[in-house]
Amino acid sequence: MLTQHRSTRVSIGQQLKAAGISRRTFLEFCTKLMVAAPFGLELTDKVHAQEVARVIRKARRPSVIWLHFQDCTGCTETLLRTSKPDLGELILQIISLDYHETLMAASGALAEKCRRDAMEENFGRYVLVVEGAIPQKDGGVYMKLAGKPALQVLEETAKGAAAIIAIGSCAAWGGIPSADPNPTGAVGVDDIIKNKPIVNIPGCPPNPYTLLGVVLQFASNGTLPALDDKKRPKFAFDRTIHDQCPRRPHFDAGQFVKQYGDEGHRHGWCLYELGCKGPDTHAGCSTRHFNEVVDAWPIGIGAPCIGCTEKHLAFRVPMFSVVPIHHAVPPDTYPPVHAEMGKQVSPLATAIVGGVAGLIAGGAIVASKRVELTVHGKAVEVTDEQQNRGPRS
Amino acid sequence: MSLVSRRTALKVLAGGGLGSLATGQSAQASEALPTPPADAVAMLFDSTICTGCKACVVACTDANNLPPDTKMSGGIWQMPLDLNSETKNIIKLCQDPAKPENFSFVKHQCMHCLDPACVSACPFHALNKGAKGVVAWDGSLCIGCRYCEVACPFEVPKFEWDRFNPKIVKCEFCNHRLKEGFEPGCTSVCPTGAVVFGKRDDLLTRAKARITDHPGRYFESRVYGEKDAGGTQVLYLSGAPFKSIGLPDVPQYSLAGYATSVHKFLYKWMLIPAAVYGLLVAIMRRRWKVHQVTAAREEAETGLKEQL
Repeated sequence: MLTQHRSTRVSIGQQLKAAGISRRTFLEFCTKLMVAAPFGLELTDKVHAQEVARVIRKARRPSVIWLHFQDCTGCTETLLRTSKPDLGELILQIISLDYHETLMAASGALAEKCRRDAMEENFGRYVLVVEGAIPQKDGGVYMKLAGKPALQVLEETAKGAAAIIAIGSCAAWGGIPSADPNPTGAVGVDDIIKNKPIVNIPGCPPNPYTLLGVVLQFASNGTLPALDDKKRPKFAFDRTIHDQCPRRPHFDAGQFVKQYGDEGHRHGWCLYELGCKGPDTHAGCSTRHFNEVVDAWPIGIGAPCIGCTEKHLAFRVPMFSVVPIHHAVPPDTYPPVHAEMGKQVSPLATAIVGGVAGLIAGGAIVASKRVELTVHGKAVEVTDEQQNRGPRS
Repeated sequence: MSLVSRRTALKVLAGGGLGSLATGQSAQASEALPTPPADAVAMLFDSTICTGCKACVVACTDANNLPPDTKMSGGIWQMPLDLNSETKNIIKLCQDPAKPENFSFVKHQCMHCLDPACVSACPFHALNKGAKGVVAWDGSLCIGCRYCEVACPFEVPKFEWDRFNPKIVKCEFCNHRLKEGFEPGCTSVCPTGAVVFGKRDDLLTRAKARITDHPGRYFESRVYGEKDAGGTQVLYLSGAPFKSIGLPDVPQYSLAGYATSVHKFLYKWMLIPAAVYGLLVAIMRRRWKVHQVTAAREEAETGLKEQL
């Protein structure tokens, strides 16, 4: 499948025509791309899908080399399992996926040759997509590709890359392999490669449209989208899950699921108290569901968000721990006009309580003085008696 | 915020002292309604239009960079019970317990009185009636005496009890936004126009026009804040009784002006203090003479010197 499309000399339009992909399917794809990146991406900042299609058609097919390290291939799966028929195929027409271990037919020495050829052919121009974390501990011996540590393979391949896209949480910041106690010393691409433009697309898995948006923007005008402080494209990661969660009204109304399967869970209430990390997680999942199926995303099927796009949350904070709300807004309830700030005590009650307390205190002082006096008095009496007895005996 | 030098502090104190000594203005003048500054800004709140969306509460928090008060909700919601050190603006619900379908929302913030009691109570002029009639707070002058909290008839100024170096927190009409030519945060976001920003004169006319257009809709067919407490720069129209939506029955004259007139009567020409002081001196002199006579007699009787 891959070898026949391996050409970056033709434009995307020519390739689509050759592959027999209809204009309608392509426009549908462009519309989806516009929905996925409503702003912050130059490519989709257009009025009509036709305009987006025109720009993409003219672009040369970008050469993509896809490396797998410590991963589960979930990110690849999410790219291919778009439920719309032939969309996976469409994606493979648009980008020239020149090396991908899961999809390529070649194996062994031939596979390695594929990588070298692809690198040489488009040196300095190809986009390197990295999936999976890179083990660093003990010289990176925990993972080898063609006899070389993953670390070395990454550095080698990154040399000729125009841009690197770290897809998935593992490649972005370590992901599951870097969870405690991190036996292999797994890190993300960002920690190893310092001299190349890197775009992190964390997520477990991330939405494929985010990757396509970045790659096509790069192919059509050679720029990368605006990134946030964690190098994530802003068009997909600037809002929290909580901001646009379909269950937000239940949060505002104070309707929370207390345990799986309870009445609230069946009614689709808010999952915050089950440990949903939505309020602290920046990702577009709440508006862009997976596999193009409505509600196909964790919260949609009643599972709390685990915060997979955030390094400080996923695989680090326990599943049922709740996260702080950073931008708290009012709920659906109102304070009364005259708020009760503790009940008012009537002056009479205060006087009675004060009087009783005073009596007790006063009584105690007087009683203690009496005791002192009597003890003293007795002592005096005793000495008197002794003195009286003295002369008699 | 600069620290106050000793010199400035003494100047302010001396100014205040002189002010209370000055007796030029008569008591009648201060009891008349204070005149608003020509460019007085105002907001008009109409409780019959408010839908209780609380956009203004969030806008206020954002505009003033306040931390959301989440104490009541355990960190989940911004849920203030009342105006407090983290809340300068609040939407409250007034509901008839017997008839829950009878309800009204009300917005509470500083009323920006024309003659504010807090300003008159402030010993250091930290609270001042500034440009456009905004009652603003100057942290560099505040000594934290909280007189303003006690003086305010609307219970607006709040104290930061949980801070080591507490501030007085109150709505300042988004002074920083006014200076840049924007309207306050709360009025800028109101989706229904329940709270609108404008010049006081214009809004007063507008409020009165609403009353004439909808006879019987508004309580007492009057604008709260036109004359209440001497007039305020936040005007209210309400369908429910003003008291039930948390607007107190205040006299129709300036409270601060009344207090000042009492003050000025007591200290007029310093006559009353002089008379009281003279009386005290007379009593003391008399007692001193009696004491001297007694002491001399006792010395003669016992031969011992007076110990006092």
